[in-house]
Amino acid sequence: MSEPTVTIRFFARLREELETEQLSVPAVANQTVSGLLASLASRGGPWARLTGDQPVMVAVNQAMAKPSTPVRAGDEVAFFPPVTGG
Amino acid sequence: MISIQTEDFCAGSEHQALRGAGPGTGAIATFTGLVRDSGDLSGVTGLFLEHYPGMTEQVIQGLIDEAGQRWDVQRARVIHRIGPLALSDQIVFVGVCSAHRGDAFAACEFIMDALKTSAPFWKKEITREGEHWVEQKEMDVARTQSWDQEA
Repeated sequence: MSEPTVTIRFFARLREELETEQLSVPAVANQTVSGLLASLASRGGPWARLTGDQPVMVAVNQAMAKPSTPVRAGDEVAFFPPVTGG
Repeated sequence: MISIQTEDFCAGSEHQALRGAGPGTGAIATFTGLVRDSGDLSGVTGLFLEHYPGMTEQVIQGLIDEAGQRWDVQRARVIHRIGPLALSDQIVFVGVCSAHRGDAFAACEFIMDALKTSAPFWKKEITREGEHWVEQKEMDVARTQSWDQEA
């Protein structure tokens, strides 16, 4: 059986800065968006910007989420800059 | 109906299609957004539009549903282009038909304002000097929030 994971996606400026479009991380019990963000930021280098001054928006399973939103095995979490369409 | 596409669209055909909503239609309001030569930077020669497939359509459908709860909306059409766009290209189309002009104007403007601050699209400006991801504007956020105050 494969390990339960969380899929993480990055868009626009974040995708370019991290040179990462998508990655998969092991699911952690009782994890939240802010915990996931802190663990990604601890990778250092450009990843530290995830918890820096620039605003980062987050969606869990394609719905806008908050720092306290739970992240569970199988979820898709997306991080992106404030949107600028239209 | 919502379309996210790389291809251009014909605003005239979209307007004509909105006329087909039925004999109760008394007003059609449409908005078309174009690529202009200045934004965060001057000398813009084109844009690149990125989006979050799936979430984009869900968010826009939510805005159309909300518009339908607040105003008389007989039919709503949203088209948003993605990928590389040249100067003066069409980016976005919002069309709403209704019994009366007030509802058509309001619903069209609401969908457009809320799309700009909630639908997951990102614009990159291309100039001869380089590229730049467009920053979200406080003015756009304030415009969307003004609709909440009216509700």
